[in-house]
Amino acid sequence: MDGVTPILDACPVRRAAQTNRLAGGGGIDRSRPLDFRFDGRDYQGYAGDTLASALLANGVRLLGRSYKYGRPRGIVSAGPEEPGALVTLGSGAALEPNIRPTMVPLRQGLEAFAQLSPAGTGPDPLGWIADRFSRFLPPGFYYKTFSWPRRLWPLYERMLRKAASSAPVPEQRDANRYEHRYMHCDVLVVGGGPAGLAAALAAGRAGASVVLADENAELGGALIDEPDTPAGRAARAWVAAMVGELDSLPEVETLKRTSVVAFHDHNYLIAVEERGDSMVPPPAQRLLKIRAREVVLATGAVERPLVFPDNDRPGVMLAGAVRTYLNRYAVMPGQTMVVFTNNDTAYRTALEAAGAGARVTVVDIRPQPRGALVRRARAAGIGVLPGHAVTAVRGRRAVRGVEIRALADDGRGVGAAAMELPCSVVAMSGGWIPSVQLFSQSGGRLRFRPDVGAHVPGEPPTLNRSRPAGACNGSFTLSACVAEGLAAGQAAAGQAEAGVGSGAEIPHPPPPGTDDEEEPALFLPHVPGPLPGPLPGKSFVDLQSDVTVADIVLAEREGYGAVEHLKRYTALGMGADQGRTSALNGLAVLAGQRGVGIGALGHTTFRPNLKPVRFGAIAGPHLGPSFTPQRRTPMHPWHEANGAVFEDTGTWIRPFCFPNPGETAEQAVRREARAARTGVGLLDASTLGKIEVQGPDAEEFLDRMYVTTRRGLAVGRCRYGMMLNENGVVFDDGVTTRLAPDHFLLSTNSSGAARVLRWLEEWLQTEWPDLDVFCTCVTEQWANATLVGPLARDLLRQVTDIDLDPARFPFMSMRQGTVAGLPARVFRIAYSGDLSFEINVPARHGLALWESLVRAGETFGLTPYGTEAMHLLRAEKGFIVVGQDTDGTVTPVDLGQGVPAATARDFVGKRSLFRADMLRDDRKQLVGLLTADPSLVLPVGTHLTDTPRPVPPVPTLGFVTTGHFSPAVGRSIALALVAGGRGRLGETVTAYRRDGGPHPVTIVPPCFYDPDGERRHA
Amino acid sequence: MHKHSFLDLLRHGLAGNRTWPRMWRTPEPKPEYDVVIVGGGGHGLATAYYLAREHGVRNVAVLEKGWLGGGNTARNTTIIRSNYLQDPSAALYDFSIRLWEGLSAELGFNVMFSQRGVIHLAHSLHDLHEIQRRGNAIHLNGVDSEFLDPAQIRRMLPSMNLDCRFPVLGALHQKRGGVARHDAVAWGYARGADAHGVDIIQRCEVLGFRTRGGTVTGVETTRGFIGARVVGCAVAAASGVLATMAGFRLPLETSPLQAFVSEPVRPFLDHVVMSNAIHLYVSQSGKGELVMGAGSDPYVSYAQRGSFDQVELAVRALLELFPSLSRLRFMRQWAGNCDITADRSPIISGTPVRNLFFNCGWGTGGFKATPASGFVFAHCLARGTPHPLAEPFGMERFHSGALIDEGAAATVAH
Amino acid sequence: MLVIRCPWCSERDQTEFSYHGEAHIARPATPMDRTDEQWGDYLFFRSNTRGPHRERWLHAAGCRRWFNLLRDTATGRILAVYRPDEPPPAATAG
Repeated sequence: MDGVTPILDACPVRRAAQTNRLAGGGGIDRSRPLDFRFDGRDYQGYAGDTLASALLANGVRLLGRSYKYGRPRGIVSAGPEEPGALVTLGSGAALEPNIRPTMVPLRQGLEAFAQLSPAGTGPDPLGWIADRFSRFLPPGFYYKTFSWPRRLWPLYERMLRKAASSAPVPEQRDANRYEHRYMHCDVLVVGGGPAGLAAALAAGRAGASVVLADENAELGGALIDEPDTPAGRAARAWVAAMVGELDSLPEVETLKRTSVVAFHDHNYLIAVEERGDSMVPPPAQRLLKIRAREVVLATGAVERPLVFPDNDRPGVMLAGAVRTYLNRYAVMPGQTMVVFTNNDTAYRTALEAAGAGARVTVVDIRPQPRGALVRRARAAGIGVLPGHAVTAVRGRRAVRGVEIRALADDGRGVGAAAMELPCSVVAMSGGWIPSVQLFSQSGGRLRFRPDVGAHVPGEPPTLNRSRPAGACNGSFTLSACVAEGLAAGQAAAGQAEAGVGSGAEIPHPPPPGTDDEEEPALFLPHVPGPLPGPLPGKSFVDLQSDVTVADIVLAEREGYGAVEHLKRYTALGMGADQGRTSALNGLAVLAGQRGVGIGALGHTTFRPNLKPVRFGAIAGPHLGPSFTPQRRTPMHPWHEANGAVFEDTGTWIRPFCFPNPGETAEQAVRREARAARTGVGLLDASTLGKIEVQGPDAEEFLDRMYVTTRRGLAVGRCRYGMMLNENGVVFDDGVTTRLAPDHFLLSTNSSGAARVLRWLEEWLQTEWPDLDVFCTCVTEQWANATLVGPLARDLLRQVTDIDLDPARFPFMSMRQGTVAGLPARVFRIAYSGDLSFEINVPARHGLALWESLVRAGETFGLTPYGTEAMHLLRAEKGFIVVGQDTDGTVTPVDLGQGVPAATARDFVGKRSLFRADMLRDDRKQLVGLLTADPSLVLPVGTHLTDTPRPVPPVPTLGFVTTGHFSPAVGRSIALALVAGGRGRLGETVTAYRRDGGPHPVTIVPPCFYDPDGERRHA
Repeated sequence: MHKHSFLDLLRHGLAGNRTWPRMWRTPEPKPEYDVVIVGGGGHGLATAYYLAREHGVRNVAVLEKGWLGGGNTARNTTIIRSNYLQDPSAALYDFSIRLWEGLSAELGFNVMFSQRGVIHLAHSLHDLHEIQRRGNAIHLNGVDSEFLDPAQIRRMLPSMNLDCRFPVLGALHQKRGGVARHDAVAWGYARGADAHGVDIIQRCEVLGFRTRGGTVTGVETTRGFIGARVVGCAVAAASGVLATMAGFRLPLETSPLQAFVSEPVRPFLDHVVMSNAIHLYVSQSGKGELVMGAGSDPYVSYAQRGSFDQVELAVRALLELFPSLSRLRFMRQWAGNCDITADRSPIISGTPVRNLFFNCGWGTGGFKATPASGFVFAHCLARGTPHPLAEPFGMERFHSGALIDEGAAATVAH
Repeated sequence: MLVIRCPWCSERDQTEFSYHGEAHIARPATPMDRTDEQWGDYLFFRSNTRGPHRERWLHAAGCRRWFNLLRDTATGRILAVYRPDEPPPAATAG
C-alpha cells in the first residue's frame, strides 16, 4: 500500500493477548475471538469489540500523530465524536482513510493502519522539531511568510501541502455497492437512547408511522454502558422491554448503525445505514432520504474534555469513554487512573474502575464537592483532591503520570506547589455538550445555558418541525430523558395527525437507582497557570486541528475575535470531527480572553454533515450508464451491428459515421457526403425534436412564437422558421408542417424538444391562457429515416405507395401513405440542400423501415451516413445549427434572416431586435470563409483578426463556427460570425489560433453549394 | 504598512507570540466620510484599499453588517481563472490575475495564491469547439492557455477516468489560474486598508439611504446615520435589498450556490478541474480536502442553507471522473448567496441615485475578480466615471441590449 | 429541497419543479411602443425580494402545469400556492 509504512516489522510471535481485558463481564462474546492487524502487528479481540476497544484491550496506546506538531495521539472517546486518533482501514480496493476506530466493529481479518504522520507510530523527528519550535509556527504562520522571494513560493507551497494531511488516497475502484432508499414517515426519531426509545414508543403507540434511527449497533444509548449491577441490569431490561414493544408495532421501523447526518428544508433528512463492506447481499451502505412530518431529536450529549497542559497524550481519555470501555467491552485502559473532573458524573467512572481493581484518584476542580456520588467514592476509599487541577501530564507516547496543583479559589490561577501522581490513564470530564447540531441545522436557535455550560435548543425552527428531547435538550437525568421523550413522541404523533392512540402513560417504568442527585459543575475555560504566567506545555482545545489555548489567545489579540474569524484563522473545529468536542472549549477560551460570557459570542454554524459520509453512498447507483440516461433511436441496433462510430449529442447517442473496414473516420465522412450528393444516402434523423400543436388558435399562437408567419401555410405544406427568446436571441429553429387546419407539427433541434415544449407551454399557460391550443411532444413516437441525394426518389418509389411526382409532391410538403408497408409521413425537407425525403414511421417500426430501405437500396448504392456528414452537407449550404453557429447573443438579423418590419405583427423577441445595440452594423454576422490554401480546414473556434501578423493582444473580429473539407466544392469551407461581416464580403482577413499560424481567408456569403437552391427542388 | 516575513515569526516567537499587533482597528464610526463602502467582503475591502492607495482617498469607511469577509468571500471554492468567452470579461478577469500575482507581496500577507492551473474538460465535440473558441479568444487577448489531448490529461491527472459516461476528449489548461486562501484575501485587504486609515466598522448594518435632490448624502445604519459624499455598495446577494431601499430595481436575482469539502487526504490533485458538461469543479486545498462546487438551487433564496440535491449531482460527477474516490468521505457543505444577472456578467455602475454606485452581479464567480473588482470600483468611486475595463459592465447594457453573455460558458457555477 | 404543493398533483419534492422567475411581470401589450428602457425593465429588472415573493413554478417532471407560489425567500416558507388564473394573495398570506 502506497505511503502507509508499517513501522514495526510483522511480528511472527503473537503479543501477550489482551493484557487490559478484564477477566469477566462486558457485552463482548469471548467465545468468538477475532484476529486483526494494526500497523503490521497481529492482535486478537472479541466479537462485540470495536477496533478501539480491541486496541485498548491489547494495550495499544499510540495510534497516530497529529497533523501540525506530529504529537503522539491515542483514543480519547468511545463514540463518533472521537477527536484523537484517526486510522486507515484496509488497503487496495478496500482502503478507507480517516476512520474513527471507535466506530468500527471488529471483524475477523480486519486490517488498519496508523495515519496522520509520514512516520506512522514510530519516531518522528520532524514532528518533534515542529512541536519543540512551535512558538515560531503560530496559527496562520503561513500567511506571514513564504511570500518572499516570490519565485520560491511554489516550492514553499508544495512543502506546506505535503506537511498537511497524511491520510492516504484511495487509488482503486470501490468494489462495494450502494443503494438509496426513500422513506416517508410521520415521526422520525433520531437517537435510540432512553429519550429516543420513549419518543418512538409514544408515537408508535399513538398509531404514527415511526422511524427510529441510531448510529450504534445496539439501542439504549448510555444505558448499555451501565455496569453489571442490579441497577445496570434493570436498565438493560428496560431497554429490552422498550425495544421489544417497538419491534411488535408494525408501523415502527428501527434502524441501527444508521447515522442521521443532515437536516434539510421541509423536514428532509439524510441518513446513512452502514451494513458493512463486502456485505452479502449488498449494499455496503444505504443512503436514506427521509421526509418526516415530525422529527424528534434525541441525539444525546458528548462529554466535554478539560483543557490542561499536554491533555493530548495517549491515555488522556474522556471519563465516560473509560466507563464505556470498562462496562461494555470489559477493558481497563490502565490500572492506575487519575479522574480529573469538574462535575459529579465522572465519579461513576472512578467508582466502577476502582470496583474493577484500578487504583483511582479523583482530582476535582470544585473546592467542596459533596454530591451523592462524591460521598460514595469517598466511602469506597477513593482519594479525592478537591480544588485541584492537573497542571502537567508526564509521558510522551503514553501517560506516565500527572502533576497536580491546588487551584486558587477564584479559579484564575494555580498554586506554586506541585505534586506528582503516577498513573497510566487520565479520565477527564468537563461536563456534557448537548448534541444540538441537527436541531441547529433544522433552523432552530440555540441559547447558552450557564448551568449546563453549553448551548441548548432554544426557539424552534419555523420552516422545519423538530423537537429536542433528553440530553440534547440539556436534560441529563434518566427520568427527565424518558419524560421528555414521551412528551415529544406524543406531541409529534399528534402533530403528524396520525391515528389517536393511548401512550399517555409511561410505557415501562424507568429503571431505578441510576439518577443520583448531582451538584452543579464548575466551568473553567482552561486550567490556568500560576499567576502570573502560563504553565509549560500545550493545552489543547482541538486535537484534530492542533489548536491550543495559546493559539486562541494570539488570534484574539491579532483581531480575530469573531467566532468565525477564530475558527478560520486557527482551523478550530474544522477537522473531520466538526469540532464536536472542541468548539465549545474554544468559545470558552475566547470568551475568557474577551471578558464576556460564552452566550454573548454566538457560535459557529453547524453545517451538514454531522458525520462524514462516503461519496460512494451519496452517488449510490447513479454512476456509469446510470449517470445520465442514454437515449438511443429505434435504429440503434442496426448502427451497432454495422460498425458505426458513435457520438454523444446531449443525451442522445448517434452514429458519427459508418467507416468501412480499413477506412478512417475522415475518409468515411467524405465518402458518405459524396454519396448523398451524387447517389443516395440514408440518415437516421429520429432524434429530431417533434412537437404537435393543435387547437383552434394554433395558427395564431405559432404566429406569435416564430419570426416567420405561419399564416397561409396550406395543409400538407412545410415552412422553416426561427424562434427567439424575448431578448431577441435565436433559441431554436425548425420546420413547421400543417397537418390539418388546426393542427401543426413542429420540428426542433435534437436536443431542444423539451426546452421548446416548455417554452410554448410557458406562453400558453401564463401569458395567453385565452388561446385554445394544446402542445404534445412526439419526438419519441416517431422514427425518422431520411433519404438524401439525386437517387432518393428512385429508391423510395420502390417501397412506397405515395405519388412522388415533384409536381404533386413538391419541395416543402408532406404526404401520408405507406413506406415498406408501414404507415408513414413523408416530408420533402432538405437540411442537406439536396433532394430528400424524411420518412417518419411510428417508432416501433423504425428498425423495420431502416432495414427495408437498406435492402431496397442495395441496387442504388445506398450509403448510410452519420452526424458528421450531415453537418458537412448542411455547412455546404450555409444552414446553421443553433448552439453551434449561434450563441447567446445571435439574432436572426445577425444570421441574415429577414425580419418583419417594426409595424408588422408582433412575435416573441421582436421588440428586442430594435434596441440600440441590435441595430449596430458592426455586430457579429454569419458569413462564409474561404481559406487561401484550399486544403486547410479551419477548426471551429479559430478566431479572425484584421492584423496579418497578429501579436496578442489584438482585437478579434469573430470566430469560426463550422469548418469542413467539402468534397462537393472540392475545398475547405467555413462558417463564421464576423463583426460587420456582411459588409465585408470579398475582403481578406487573418484566421488565427493558438496552435496554428495566421492564415489569410476571404469573407464570402455563407453558402458554398448550389446557391440558387435548385437541387432540393428536383 | 508592515509586510510580514519569516523574521517576524522569529522575533514574535522569541517574545512568546505576545507582541503580534492587531490586524485592524475597531473604530467608532465618524459622522461623515468622503466615501462609504457598504459591504466588508473581499470586494468592498479591496475597493477601500485601492481607493486609499491608488487615489489617495483615505477618509473612507467600510460598513459590514456581520464580520468582515463573512459573506461569499468565506463561502466560495476559491478558483481563480480568466478564461472567459467574451472580450470584456477576459480583459477584466485577466487584469485580476495580474493583480493576484503580486498581491501577497503587495499586502505583506500571504494570500496563498497557488497558480496550479485550471483544467476545463471537454466531453463532446461541442465542448471541444467551445474550448477552442475560448482558448483562442483569450489567447488573442493576451491570456495564455493551452489545449490538452487525452494523453496529456492522463499524465496530469492520473487518477481521472477519461472513459466516463461522457468521455473526456480534451481540455483547456490555463496555467496561471489556480486557487487562493479566501479568508486571507479579506484579512489582507482589511489590514492594508486599515493601515491606510480606512475605518472598518463591523456589525454595522445599513438600514437605508439618505438622499437630497436625487443625490445620496449618507446611510442610515444600526449605529446611526453616517454621512457620505459618495456611497459604493459591494454587497453581492444583498444588492437587491439595498437597491430597494434606494428606490430602484436591479437586473439580477439571488440564488444559493452549494459547495462542499471532503475529509483531508494527501496531495494527489495538483490542478483545478472543471467540467461544464457534467457540472463539477474540484481542487484540493492546502489542508488536503477536496473543495467542490455544486450547482445553484435554481430559485430566489436568501436562506443561505445547504441543500442536498445539487450536492448529490456534483458527487456523482466527481465519482464519474474519479471513481477511486468512492471511499473518500464527504465532510461538510455550505451555501453562499449569489446575485446572478441575465448575462452572467457583473454590474459595475452608477445608479438612478447620484453618487450612489453598485458593484454587484458577480454571480457564482466573484472571488477570482476580487482585486480587479476593487481596483475598478475604487476608480469609479474616486472619479465618478467607470474605469475603462469596467465600461462595458454598466447597468445600461440591460436597456441597450449590449449584454456580455457568459451564460453559455458558465453553465456550471464557479 | 423544499416540498411544493402543486395545485393539481399535491405535495412533491422540489426537484420535480422548475422555477421561472418573478410572477406578474406583464408583457407590454404593444412592445414596439415601449422605449428601450421600458423594454429592458420588463426583460431583466426584478424585485428580487427578500421576504414574501410571488414567483412562477412549473411542475416540470409532473403535470407540466404552471402555477404561482408566494414564498418567503428569507426563510423558505411557502405562504401560498395559487393557479395562474387565481388572484395573487396578499404578501402576508399563510
